[in-house]
Amino acid sequence: MLNVAHRPIVSDSRSGSPLYAGVRTRDLRQTGQQTLTQKPTEQDETWVAQIAAIRDKQDKRAFAALFGHFAPRIKGFLIKSGTNPDVAEECAQEVMATVWHKAHLFDPTKASAATWIFTIARNRRIDMIRKTRRPEPEDLPWGPEAEPDQQDALILQQETDKLGAALSALPEKQRALIEKAYFGDLSHSEIAAETGLPLGTIKSRIRLALERLRHGMK
Amino acid sequence: MKMTEIKHHLNDQLLIGYSAGSLPEAFSLIVATHISLCDECRARLAEFDAVGGQVMMQSQTAEMSEDGLAETLARIAGGAQAPAPTARRSGVFPRPLQGYVQGDVEAVKWKRVGGGVRQMMLSTDGQATARLLYIPAGVAVPDHGHRGTELTLVLQGAFEDETDHFGRGDIEIADEDLNHQPVAAHGADCICLAVTDAPLRFSGIIPRIAQRFMQI
Repeated sequence: MLNVAHRPIVSDSRSGSPLYAGVRTRDLRQTGQQTLTQKPTEQDETWVAQIAAIRDKQDKRAFAALFGHFAPRIKGFLIKSGTNPDVAEECAQEVMATVWHKAHLFDPTKASAATWIFTIARNRRIDMIRKTRRPEPEDLPWGPEAEPDQQDALILQQETDKLGAALSALPEKQRALIEKAYFGDLSHSEIAAETGLPLGTIKSRIRLALERLRHGMK
Repeated sequence: MKMTEIKHHLNDQLLIGYSAGSLPEAFSLIVATHISLCDECRARLAEFDAVGGQVMMQSQTAEMSEDGLAETLARIAGGAQAPAPTARRSGVFPRPLQGYVQGDVEAVKWKRVGGGVRQMMLSTDGQATARLLYIPAGVAVPDHGHRGTELTLVLQGAFEDETDHFGRGDIEIADEDLNHQPVAAHGADCICLAVTDAPLRFSGIIPRIAQRFMQI
């Protein structure tokens, strides 16, 4: 297991904050920048719980906390991808609104909160900024599980943390290339054949579920 | 449903490009179609999406506007819960491809292009072209090289070229170095989805004339 203790850890736990209504985004962000001792996995658990609270109770306080953490990152990511700040602001708002409207579709055993929100941001960027279409694969016939396995969700969160730590530990040059690819600055033929991505750190739950499915079928 | 026989998969560049959302539409179409048939590449894509999530989480933050949260809540109030996606098993064509054909294989409006070969161009953004190819069993597609990248995904039957045998779900990734002559395998007519980001380069004069009619 990689030591991830050196990573700057940002907490999202804002249970004591006043209701979102009068709270200015800047205040939320300042709270979000506080460095607490919460471990990354606990942080992921917090996000999963916040998304569940949005789904089950239309919990605006949970949403405000999620917004405080993710919206500035989405906006920063979009600006890095070459989007002008006004459009990036609008796009980040749209992404967070979609997070609310899709909260019931989030499955923490298939994707971490960060991965899921990234895919929403990616799709919104294509619609709004690239103005092209990106056909999606058809859904798996076995669909999302009604009762996601807690253990599966926990393992996924731990692996996502390891992936994040491994990514930030990459040599600067290599890391910059990977970022460029995800910012959309490289065409597929410009992306190196050997990215050296630390994919060994993550074994997607989909892969595990597929293996189980195959064994169950035999 | 047998899902384990696919031997020829997407490469990392295509999966990263698809995950990043930077591919031309025609390339996204063939990637989505392959993933619909290939659980291995679906799992790999999930891993690349996880990398994208971490890149986003680690990128520099940009402060939202003061009213950002309130505006977002207003957007939420003006929208509706997203419908659950419906898992529907496809016929010969996986669902993303059906969207471009307006149906399954029987809906294709084939055009003859000579030698028993038929094709249908699919409408995508101008950065790359996509077409369906129908090659009768035992028939060869004209020998050609490539200026860019050509991807060929088998949807029915099989084809063979100098490199290997490609059956349903297999995708061949051909770049400038490959001059190949695919031949539809005996037994069944072959239907493929082919995309390219540059015009093909045929080696004879007749194919070059044919190229004008085939718009490839």
